Amino acid sequence: MPVDLNFVVGGEAGQGVQSVGLLLAKVFARSGYHVFADQDYESRVRGGHNFFRVRVSKDKLGAITEDVDILIALDSDSIRLHKAEMTSRGIIIFDGEKVKGVSRKKASLLSIPLEKMAEEMTGDRLMLNTVALGAALCAVGHDLAILNGVLTNHFGNGKVSNRNIVAAKAGYDYAQSRRKGTFGKIEPLSGAKRMLLTGNEAISLGAIAAGCKFMAAYPMTPASSIMEYMAAKSREFGLVMVHAEDEIAAINMAVGAAYAGVRAMTATSGSGLCLMVEGIGLSGITETPIVIIDAQRPGPAVGLPTRTEQGDLQFVLHAHHGDFPRAVLAPASIEDAFWLTVKAFNWAERYQLPVILLTDQHLASSYATIDPPDLSQVTIDRGMLFSEKQDNPSEYMRHRLTRSGISPRAFPGLGKALVVTDCDEHDEEGHLTEDPGQRTAQVQKRLRKISPLSRQTSTLEKYGSRGAETTLIGWGSTYGAIHEAVDILRKGGASVDMLHLNELWPFPKKAVIDAIRKARYSYAVESNATGQVAQLLKAETGYDVSGRILKFDGRPFTPAYIAEAVRKETG
Amino acid sequence: MVTKSDYVGLEPAWCPGCGNFGILKALNSALIELKIEPHEVLLVSGIGQAGKLPHYTRGNVFNSLHGRPVPPAIGAKIANSELVVIAVSGDGDAYGEGGNHFLHAARRNHDITYLVHNNQVYGLTKGQASPTSDAGFVTKTTPDGAANPLNPIALAIVSGASFVARGYAGDTDHLASLIKKGIAHRGFSLIDILQPCVSFNHKNTYAWYKERVYELEDERYDRTDRRTALEKALEWGDKIPIGVIYKADLPVYEDQLPALSRGPLVRQRIVPRRGDRLLAEFM
Repeated sequence: MPVDLNFVVGGEAGQGVQSVGLLLAKVFARSGYHVFADQDYESRVRGGHNFFRVRVSKDKLGAITEDVDILIALDSDSIRLHKAEMTSRGIIIFDGEKVKGVSRKKASLLSIPLEKMAEEMTGDRLMLNTVALGAALCAVGHDLAILNGVLTNHFGNGKVSNRNIVAAKAGYDYAQSRRKGTFGKIEPLSGAKRMLLTGNEAISLGAIAAGCKFMAAYPMTPASSIMEYMAAKSREFGLVMVHAEDEIAAINMAVGAAYAGVRAMTATSGSGLCLMVEGIGLSGITETPIVIIDAQRPGPAVGLPTRTEQGDLQFVLHAHHGDFPRAVLAPASIEDAFWLTVKAFNWAERYQLPVILLTDQHLASSYATIDPPDLSQVTIDRGMLFSEKQDNPSEYMRHRLTRSGISPRAFPGLGKALVVTDCDEHDEEGHLTEDPGQRTAQVQKRLRKISPLSRQTSTLEKYGSRGAETTLIGWGSTYGAIHEAVDILRKGGASVDMLHLNELWPFPKKAVIDAIRKARYSYAVESNATGQVAQLLKAETGYDVSGRILKFDGRPFTPAYIAEAVRKETG
Repeated sequence: MVTKSDYVGLEPAWCPGCGNFGILKALNSALIELKIEPHEVLLVSGIGQAGKLPHYTRGNVFNSLHGRPVPPAIGAKIANSELVVIAVSGDGDAYGEGGNHFLHAARRNHDITYLVHNNQVYGLTKGQASPTSDAGFVTKTTPDGAANPLNPIALAIVSGASFVARGYAGDTDHLASLIKKGIAHRGFSLIDILQPCVSFNHKNTYAWYKERVYELEDERYDRTDRRTALEKALEWGDKIPIGVIYKADLPVYEDQLPALSRGPLVRQRIVPRRGDRLLAEFM
């Protein structure tokens, strides 16, 4: 029987929901299973209802699911809010001495005196989460050896680890004595070791591998953990992360660092990006390469701070006045987030323009298991550089008119060449000018860069029935959910496939049209209210989708939700 | 040898008699006297008549957005700590649009020099009041008179700047010596420069300044005492002090960055495989 298990850890903010969930995810990742985990949290530090879902399978996973097999309920709200999602074999683990009045419904109940046991066994009531963790592993027939290793890694060798190990065993033994036995035995798998990481961690690793030496940012959910990771690694990897006074400063600092010759980036979310817009144009007119991470959340304005949406696509395509080239990438998965970040830095420097990497809260804070990226495959393309050995530095012109539109870059202070640039319109040397001929030539030069860039964007993922009647069109973080929805629909006999975009601008017109023109029906599947990729498709190709499957409640798509919506649409 | 001819830039498009000419002359003298070659210096300017200054001399130039010369100057300084980085603003650029950057650059004590051409009026947009216009100053945007002015010297001191000076565009030798001191100082150096605007400010004229400006005498003024400096910063009216008003040895932001201990970031090679050791942390 294929393993597809779904755990939910629920409780108030501050109860340790995130750490229990993450430990659980780590156990199964180390056991050789594929894991996909996501976090649902409120914009508060204490109270409310937070939950962490951990899905486990022998097969690759790219999405969450709604059915819950094991619910670790750290409070009564978690039972109230999730009991309807329990599968028939499901088990709810809770502290019956604390949570009263739980009625037996579909799921079986495993009441454990978590707090009392934690207190008795370890002298620390906070260990109750680990007691629950041990019980959860027992419930699915997974032994404790791997958890013990995970706990030691997590808490370090010493008392805290040992107390956690004792607590886990207590929970395990208690559950064993009341074993319901619906899940059989989940054995560790042998095989290659995988990484378990979030989208933001994958982006940070991509940036470090790509040689990003400078980041400036202002904290904003759900982008902040990129800042924190980069700052934590700054000493070891010789990079600098500046916590700037605001987003305006952040992007302008990044542009300054990039002008001086290092790979530079910033990261924010929608309303932070609103403040950064002037910097996008600054990068555009001064032809300074920067990478901007926009971890989208529902807007407008502050919107839903801790929730997810794909509502910024039309914004980032157009943000700023005037005509100049840019690139927009949107990772489809956590693995893709690593590689697209590397690509973003290469494109930024090769074409000397701003590159925007669009992720969202769902991708930013979800965990997935991936094969470790082969860093020997990371290429560094710094684009055309001026060489003082070959050319006379006194003749250097930063914005030299060239056929490709790309002018060789020199860096200030590294040679004798003077590097002059201006956010006013400028001449080839970089000095401000109002000359109509120069103006026209510089605008055209900048726009010429879009043509070779357009030939780069063509990475289209097509998956599903051959010659499918129905094509689902998605972009960015919804890849995993749509992929699994295609599987569900095909199992039900539908002729369906998916087309997924992770490179959105320049828009790969021809490849997209080739991929969808034979489908009888096409549906844009997007986490926004208006179908922003459908609009882009229409604007660029004239093609109208048959319909739009949209979700903008701030919660991520599940495969079942998409499959059901497609069935309704196609009748 | 660095000479005057190294610092001849484009023909300035400023009004004849503009205080900016004195500032340009003083900056060039300072760079020449410090034997800094044009390729060793980075001038980052904002928008306004002051923002054009880098084009009228020579060096590496990043002419930035309105109010924003300081952030890219910081980014560039961190990327290449060998560069002499000088940011150039007007009063609207520095204290209006860029106010937040000014406060925080002072607070963090970045190792850059900030020249602010302070003519107490907007020149490029033709005569509107600025954050430093005298109270009651009547312009098209303040027909009933401007509100109270902001005090950049006091603000810089309380925000944590480690070198705070006021110069006067009408005394270029004195100004050149201030700019030299500012460049030599490690940490954030503000040089607020009083600058007559012959077209739009008919109050704070050369004659007006001549009557009021006086040099702080070295032996009688303790510029290392923050309280004394703050008191001096509040002096404005019949007498206006120029010179170094506050100077302190404070931790420099760039000195606290471990990455810079291996030399300028821009000289460090990119080796993707070094990231390999991070991957294991996620297994």
